[in-house]
Order: sequence, then C-alpha cells, then structure tokens
Amino acid sequence: MNDMLLWLNDPQNWTGTRVTPGIVEQASAHLAYTAIALSIAGVIAFPLGLVLGHTGRASWLVSVANGLRALPTVGLLILLYVMVSPLISGRGNAVYLVPTEIALVLLALPAILANTYAGVRNVSPDVRDAARGMGMTGRQVLFRVELPNALPLVFSGLRSAALQVIATATIAAYVGLGGLGRYVYDGLASRDFGQMAGGAVLVAALALLVDLALSLLQRAAVSRGVSGRFSRRTTRDSRAAAVTVVRPEPPRGGPDGGRPPRQATTPASALTPSGDHPSG
Amino acid sequence: MNSDNGSAPWDLFGYFADHRADVLALLWAHTWLSVLPVVIGLLVAFPIGWLARRYRWAYPPIVSVSGLLYTIPSLALFVVMPTLLGTQILDPVNVVVALTIYTVALLVRVVADGLAAVPEDAVQAATAMGFTRLQRLRTVELPLAIPVIAAGLRVAMVANVSLVAIAATIGIPQLGQLFITGFQLSVTGPYYPPIVLGIVLSVALALLLDRSIVLGARLLTPWQRVSAAR
Repeated sequence: MNDMLLWLNDPQNWTGTRVTPGIVEQASAHLAYTAIALSIAGVIAFPLGLVLGHTGRASWLVSVANGLRALPTVGLLILLYVMVSPLISGRGNAVYLVPTEIALVLLALPAILANTYAGVRNVSPDVRDAARGMGMTGRQVLFRVELPNALPLVFSGLRSAALQVIATATIAAYVGLGGLGRYVYDGLASRDFGQMAGGAVLVAALALLVDLALSLLQRAAVSRGVSGRFSRRTTRDSRAAAVTVVRPEPPRGGPDGGRPPRQATTPASALTPSGDHPSG
Repeated sequence: MNSDNGSAPWDLFGYFADHRADVLALLWAHTWLSVLPVVIGLLVAFPIGWLARRYRWAYPPIVSVSGLLYTIPSLALFVVMPTLLGTQILDPVNVVVALTIYTVALLVRVVADGLAAVPEDAVQAATAMGFTRLQRLRTVELPLAIPVIAAGLRVAMVANVSLVAIAATIGIPQLGQLFITGFQLSVTGPYYPPIVLGIVLSVALALLLDRSIVLGARLLTPWQRVSAAR
C-alpha cells in the first residue's frame, strides 16, 4: 500500500522522463486506443443494429455477435496479435496497435449491436403504430420514434463496450502496447509492486471516469420523456403530459402521485449490468 | 508460416496429445477458478439482494455500488488484491476473491429483481396460510425466483470463464496459460496450436457450465415443465 502511494505521489512518474513516458501520456494513449476502437465498432454496429431492429431481418447476425462474447478476451487478443503482427512491417507502434485494435473492435461490436437492436425492437408496438398512423415514413419512424426510445439501451451498450475495451486495452500491454497497462506488467516484471498496484488503481480510475462521462452524455442525450427524469420545478401536469406521450397507459400510483414517475422500464438485460438509474 | 512443423491452427489435437497431462491440469484449475467464485458469490449476494428487496431504500445505493464495482477492469482488481488481502501476487486466492466481487456485484441486483418478480398472489397466499417470513422465503419466494437467478448465474459463469484467463498474464496457471505459451513460441512465426486449443477448451468449458446451470434450474423448477406441456 505504501509503495503504491509513494509511486503515485512521485511527480516524475506523472510527467515521465526523456526515455519513459509518464502517466499523463500513457493515460491519453489508453484513451486514444479506446476511442479508436469504440468509433470503428460504433460506425459498424450502430447503423447495423438500427436497420436490423427496424426491419426485424437477419436477427441471426445479433446471435452470432453475441456468440463472440463467449470467446476469452486474452485468447482473442493473442491470437490476433500472432496472426496479424507478422504482416506489418516497420518498427513503430503499429505492430502492436493494429492487431490490438482489431481485437478491441471485435470485443466492442457485440455489446453495441445487441443493445441497439434490442432497443429498437423493444419500442412498444403501440408507439410504433401511432407513428405510422400519423403518416410517418419508415425512415421517420426509425429516426424520430424508435431511435429516441432506444437511446437508453444504446447508451448502456456503449458503456459496457467502453468498459470492455478499456479493460482489454490494459491487457494489450502484455503483448507490447502502451497505455496504463504498461505499469502493471512492467511493475510485475521488475517486481516493483508499488508501480504495479499504482497502475491498476489508475486503470480503475480511468474506467470510472469514462463511465461517468458517458453517463453524463446519456443524461444530456436521452429525452426526459423517455428517461422519466424531471427537475423538481416541473409541475405535476407537465410530468403527466410528458409521460403520456411516451407511455400510452397512465402512470400507476393513483391521483395522489406526488412522486416522480417511474423510469421507463427497460428490459433487465443481464448482460449489461452497468445501466445506471440516476434518481430525481 | 510453414505448416509442416505442426504450427497450423488445426494441429491443436496433436498439441493436446503431446501435452495431455499439462493441459488437463490447466483445464481443471480453470474450472474451479471459475466455479468457486460463482458459488461463493451467490451465497454472499443472496442476503444482500434480499435486503435490497425487503427495504426499498436500500435498493438504489446497493445497485449503484455494485455497478461501480463492475466498472473496475479485472486485471486491475487481480493486481490490487495482494495489497488489500496481504496475499502473494501469484496466489490463486486473489483471482477467486476478485471474481467473487464481480459475481456478487452482478447477482445482488439479479436476486433483488428475481425476488421482486415473484407474483404477489403467491406471496399473499403463503402469508394467509400462516407461513412465517423465513418459511415463505424458503418454500415460496426462493423457488419462484429461480428462473431469474439462474439467468444471472449463467451470465456470471460465462463471464468468469473468460475473465479467469486474464490472470494467466500475471502468472496464475489455467487455460490462459496456453495463450501465453503460444505467444512465447511465436517469436519467429505464428505458432497457433496452443492458442487455438486454449480458445476451444475455454469456450467448451463455458458452454458446459452454462448448460449445467440451465439443467440444474430445470430440475429445481419442475412446475415450469408442467405448465409448458399444457
């Protein structure tokens, strides 16, 4: 414990020296790896999930993606590294980066795809019918009705994908990538347990911060009518109005309903335990 | 990439034949390292989940704390364990405790939601028949919550099989060791057999454990089959 605090408290470890990168640099590298993987996975999986969910076709693709989750992450990482790295010439970071990013994208895909798909599929048929009845085209139904209603699940998929990618990028330090995982494996190799535990604490802090940032983004992006989150200043009438727009049935609880309406119930998808429910 | 020296991915059978005792020992270590945390985790999570269900105010904090624990990357947790427990870095206990924490974090919510999903009629009928609270929990609520809890157990089990392998990178032997071996033997060219064998065995183990939970849950809930047959 003391070793760890000493290591974390040494300013040189944060700024780095001429030969070794500091914590700040490794943390931003870690974030960059994560951002690259999430963007690529998102560009592939998000539109695909929307289309599959909207049309209800080719749902086997979602099952295949879910099957990917059973693969051990380390095995996938090392397999891809061994396969891809000989194909890359040059002495730069690319030898480690390219195979690792492929593995990270493969790990991020299923969560984003499955949750986007489930989010769109789970939109109440009444709501979808109402939108069609109002004369919306298929595209309008998807983007104006299904997507906003699916956002909570889409975000919970994105958040679990982000955590998965951060965790696996840490392990990628084992095959030689940079990032905060370096401290864990370098510390282990040199039996510097302070550095090792310090690195682990930093990784955990990074994961928590990213999850917090995404939850704030989710708060900003998800319509209050969907999330059921209202400020205390809104009147009861406006709450009821907002809720009846999303949920055709009136909120339970009777006329005395002084409490804010319940969360719009998302299906308890056990695979994404990170869905938070900020109250109030 | 010359496949004549047995480095082709499909040579995993040859590799298995040559290292049978070692691989089986790794498989066994992997099995108990993944199963034990789920068993302990369920025993710990049950009372907490019950509390979260029994006292409404306890639900939000318990769920957010468990969500928070779930965000910590597993490697970080493995590595911090010796500092917290005073164990050696290579002690398998670190892995068991770390995975138990994840399992508890996952199952607390599952248990609370499972108990909440028990039909109110059944609970009231049991109360009316004079069951004490403990009797009601044991003979009515717990059995009726089994399908939900089993679903949570399956997720925890499959996740654990994958997470255990990560501990190989810090030197705790189980099937993940095969990935490390393959990595170390791939200096001059890719050497696939141990890596592919490790992936195949690990997926097979996950499937097997998953199936056995499904089977166990089915044996414990005979009434579900009756209503399905009708």
